[in-house]
Amino acid sequence: MNGSTKIRIIAGRLMQALPSVFGIIVVTFLLTRALPGDPAVYFAGPAADEKSIQQVRESLGLDKSLPEQFLIYLGDLVQGDLGVSVSTGFPVAEELWRRLPASLELTLLALIFSISVAIPLGIAAATRPNTWVDQVCRLIVTAGVSLPVFFTGLFMVYIFYYILGVAPSPLGRLDIIYLSPPPVTNFYTIDALIAGDFELFFAALAQLALPAITLGTFTLAPLARMTRGAMLQVLSSDFIRTARASGLRRSTVLYTYAFRNALLPILTTLGMVFSFMLGSNVLVEKVFAWPGIGSFAIEALIVSDYVAVQGFVLAMAILYVLLNLTIDILYTLIDPRVGLDS
Amino acid sequence: MNERVPVLSVKDLSVEFRTRSGVVKALENVSFHVNRGEMIGIVGESGSGKSVSALTAMGILDEAGRVTQGSINLGGLDVLNASERYLQEMRGRDVSMIFQSPRTALNPIRTVGKQIGDVLRRHGSATRQTVRAQAIKSLMSVRIPDPERRHDAYPFELSGGMCQRIMIAMALSCQPELLIADEPTTGLDVTTQAAIMDLIKELAKERNMATVLITHDLGMAADYCDRIVVMHAGHVIEQAPTEELFLKPRHPYTAKLMKATPHGEGSLDDIESIAGGLPDLRSEHLPPCRFSARCERHEDMCDMPALIADEVSPGHMVTCRRPL
Ligand SMILES: Nc1ncnc2c1ncn2[C@@H]1O[C@H](COP(=O)(O)OP(=O)(O)OP(=O)(O)O)[C@@H](O)[C@H]1O
Ligand SMILES: [Mg+2]
Repeated sequence: MNGSTKIRIIAGRLMQALPSVFGIIVVTFLLTRALPGDPAVYFAGPAADEKSIQQVRESLGLDKSLPEQFLIYLGDLVQGDLGVSVSTGFPVAEELWRRLPASLELTLLALIFSISVAIPLGIAAATRPNTWVDQVCRLIVTAGVSLPVFFTGLFMVYIFYYILGVAPSPLGRLDIIYLSPPPVTNFYTIDALIAGDFELFFAALAQLALPAITLGTFTLAPLARMTRGAMLQVLSSDFIRTARASGLRRSTVLYTYAFRNALLPILTTLGMVFSFMLGSNVLVEKVFAWPGIGSFAIEALIVSDYVAVQGFVLAMAILYVLLNLTIDILYTLIDPRVGLDS
Repeated sequence: MNERVPVLSVKDLSVEFRTRSGVVKALENVSFHVNRGEMIGIVGESGSGKSVSALTAMGILDEAGRVTQGSINLGGLDVLNASERYLQEMRGRDVSMIFQSPRTALNPIRTVGKQIGDVLRRHGSATRQTVRAQAIKSLMSVRIPDPERRHDAYPFELSGGMCQRIMIAMALSCQPELLIADEPTTGLDVTTQAAIMDLIKELAKERNMATVLITHDLGMAADYCDRIVVMHAGHVIEQAPTEELFLKPRHPYTAKLMKATPHGEGSLDDIESIAGGLPDLRSEHLPPCRFSARCERHEDMCDMPALIADEVSPGHMVTCRRPL
């Protein structure tokens, strides 16, 4: 298969993503309307009378019919307008955009942590089944599945901050003694490196460590288990026997032959794991006072700020679609068979 | 050139598998050899231990498998006591193996040319600069049309017969002295089967290479092999030059096989006239002759231990107390 067919396949995948984005818009719109609590009542304040509630309702556009509201919403969306958060008074799009890098930096670091522990562990377990490595793998898988995220988070804070005192206080992206680096990517670690400020880099990394490990820990389990399973399966397949019968080196057999094939199911799991992470972000951000979009969403939810919630859900859903698209594209790049049998 | 030098000789080989449901005595006292330039056939029903013999000779037995006795000599190398590093270098260079279902025997996400190249590079027969040209040359040697283009194809883009040619090209790319072909034509259509077998025979002759052909197909063994080794339930029960085996089979099992496929046609899979199946190889008390339960000539003397192979005529060995 040559490059241009690959590009065609990838373009096709992009087109296929559009209907799901529209579906998401409809669902988030309806879902937020179904949330309990009347925002008009809430924002008019406790002392408001019937008339002022009505006024608020009109100013929020809630007096119109649902289809009408939806069309207005769509029109705004096209212009990148997610509405104004009723609780903070800022445009939601701006608010999300400002907070997104914090969440992404955390999630990506968690993912890197999870991948760099789980995949080598899974490979080691698969190549030495029923040895101590395999047992360790099993233990981690069981522990990772059974510990809830907020528990791991609080436990880590307790041990590393409160008891051992090696971690900085779990309050946001940087200790108050530091100034944030000049914004380029808005990932503090990267921006600190760009500015050449290593002290700041390590300070930002120290803040990231606990929440990222917390977030990564519960995804270790599915990833390690899938890596182990996929490797075991690939290692018992015919072409591995051929590779061994041809005298190829163990490392070639293991990585060039087995792992690349095992990567296909691992990628699928990775997509799943990443979306779990996006979900658990909300909890972890709350525990570590992380100024990301997750904590924004919780605050908005508590005060029935449905414009903000709607914006958040939409942003997450689009992230999710983008993620699946990336996975699909990676799949296409690894597996020459993709797109031809479908 | 000395035609009588064994390239591979297996002596008194016994192999067991430890499984959850017990110890499988897959091979017991298996002995056979193959000389330079010779093609031997190993025939037997499914589960008789043909593949296990081959894999043990290559030193790539499954982890669960244990060699409990015997010796394997491969071109002067003591396989069972050689280091894994040494064996790795030997595989693909001195001895190669091809398998059934060639499409799954190739890495699905690597071009076939690269897979041949991996073997060439591994055994030092090619450098980064020459590897492509040499891989294409290997493809040409198995008469693959348009080898330049096929070099960059993935296995799923090729037919089964073409994949088996690729496997052969890969196996023979480093000029091994021995080729083990484990049911190389199973799953291919009849015309392709003949083409593949003719190709193997021709290349073997050209290079004076020893070949072990493992097959269910008596007819194919008769057509291509100089000698035939008959296996049953982990034993070699008879071996003889092809013609003699077909004319004068001495083991009751071989005789039944011959009767069931009178002109050496057809496959062992079709044989239903032999009563019963293979004994359960996990059982604690296997009889000395594992065919005894299915044998019409069975008598008490057959159950005496220490059954050994008899040379009934030069090169014709039978493992039976009451041969025909
Ligand atoms: N990895 C393994 N674990 C346990 N038992 C095994 C293993 N490999 C082979 N065996 C057993 O060893 C015996 C011989 O198997 P083998 O694969 O050599 O048969 P075969 O003659 O090649 O049959 P076929 O014609 O079906 O390929 C069988 O009873 C089989 O169940
Ligand atoms: Mg077999």
